[in-house]
Amino acid sequence: MLEQLIDYLIYQLLGLQEGVHWVSALHFFLYDTLKIGILLVLITLIMGTVNSYFPVERVRKFLASRNLYGGEYLSASVFGAITPFCSCSSIPLFIGFLQGGLPLGITFSYLITSPLVNEVALALFIGMFGWKVTLVYAVSGILLGTVLGWLLNRFRLEPYVEEWVWNIAKNKQANSEVADRNPTFAERWPGIVQESKDIIRRVGPYVLIGIGIGGVIHGFLPTNFFEAYLSSSNPFAVPVAVLVAIPMYANASGVIPIIQALVAKGIPLGTALAFMMAVVGLSLPEALILKKVMKPRLLAAFFGSVGVAIIGLGYVFNGIF
Amino acid sequence: MTIKVLGTGCPKCQRLHRHTEKALELLNQDVEVQKVEDMADIMQYNIMQTPALVVNEEVVLNGNVPAATSLAEMLEPYFEKA
Repeated sequence: MLEQLIDYLIYQLLGLQEGVHWVSALHFFLYDTLKIGILLVLITLIMGTVNSYFPVERVRKFLASRNLYGGEYLSASVFGAITPFCSCSSIPLFIGFLQGGLPLGITFSYLITSPLVNEVALALFIGMFGWKVTLVYAVSGILLGTVLGWLLNRFRLEPYVEEWVWNIAKNKQANSEVADRNPTFAERWPGIVQESKDIIRRVGPYVLIGIGIGGVIHGFLPTNFFEAYLSSSNPFAVPVAVLVAIPMYANASGVIPIIQALVAKGIPLGTALAFMMAVVGLSLPEALILKKVMKPRLLAAFFGSVGVAIIGLGYVFNGIF
Repeated sequence: MTIKVLGTGCPKCQRLHRHTEKALELLNQDVEVQKVEDMADIMQYNIMQTPALVVNEEVVLNGNVPAATSLAEMLEPYFEKA
């Protein structure tokens, strides 16, 4: 429906010629900006609502107070996916989880999935790749966090957490009480809207630039342009894509529309998905922040295992799609 | 009366600081908003999300940044008590 609207606008109202390079670039830009704009509003509002009812304090209490027979890694990972992520909150969260008596592995499950599956990435994914690919991305991101958290917990890495963290965790009892007041939905709504506005204002410019570049690629590059260099038969494509992705964090929201355009021109979807997971999951700023609470070996184990897992997933995706 | 903004300097923390100062302006109160940026100090307040707003050593807000006007509404009772 949206597509017909843009078709009508471009070909009928403006009377532009179908098939001309810059017209198809313009079509891509208008259509995707509108579609992604709507999705961003919807998804940030939904996620904001969920988060308003399930703040991290409640998540921690849930994870710490129940025996979930191994399901706690999956739960932590799922919670990581549905709560919004801000790298500036990763240390308080890390310490808060340990304070609550949660094992290091469960904390990792949450920390891995939280940036990987976030509201902005999901909105862009649905808009650019459709529901099926988005679902595959979200589910594999959640499983990646679950499995790695469980695996890292086996290695007894507690000694590699900085001492001051344990001192705080020991001295301060976790504040388990959740706010006594339970605001109504009407009271919560303005805050949720504000948060959504904040997110969109923050990522908006990157998304527009990304869609703009994507539009140019769509309009001007021939189909199969990349097939020669980056086909799925090239065994180095996935690891190289992951490495290249690490410094791209700041522009994560702009990268997705560009990648979609590249996929349309012949880059294998698996390589592209691995690239995008690495953009959001292996962030340099987050590593610098976490360096304050983790000794270098732990930090290396954490980011190394996430990196290797993403590369593995890239190959799997290339096999599937 | 002490008002502190806890946060390591991320954009959200800076925004909370700005909004709080604006809110105090709206209330015509001349209170300095202190910035607490050291992680060990921040963690003394038992929070899991930054930024946070602390009034008289009590955490009144964490993880989100309301508009200056709603912050003013939140802070007003503290000045009435004093």
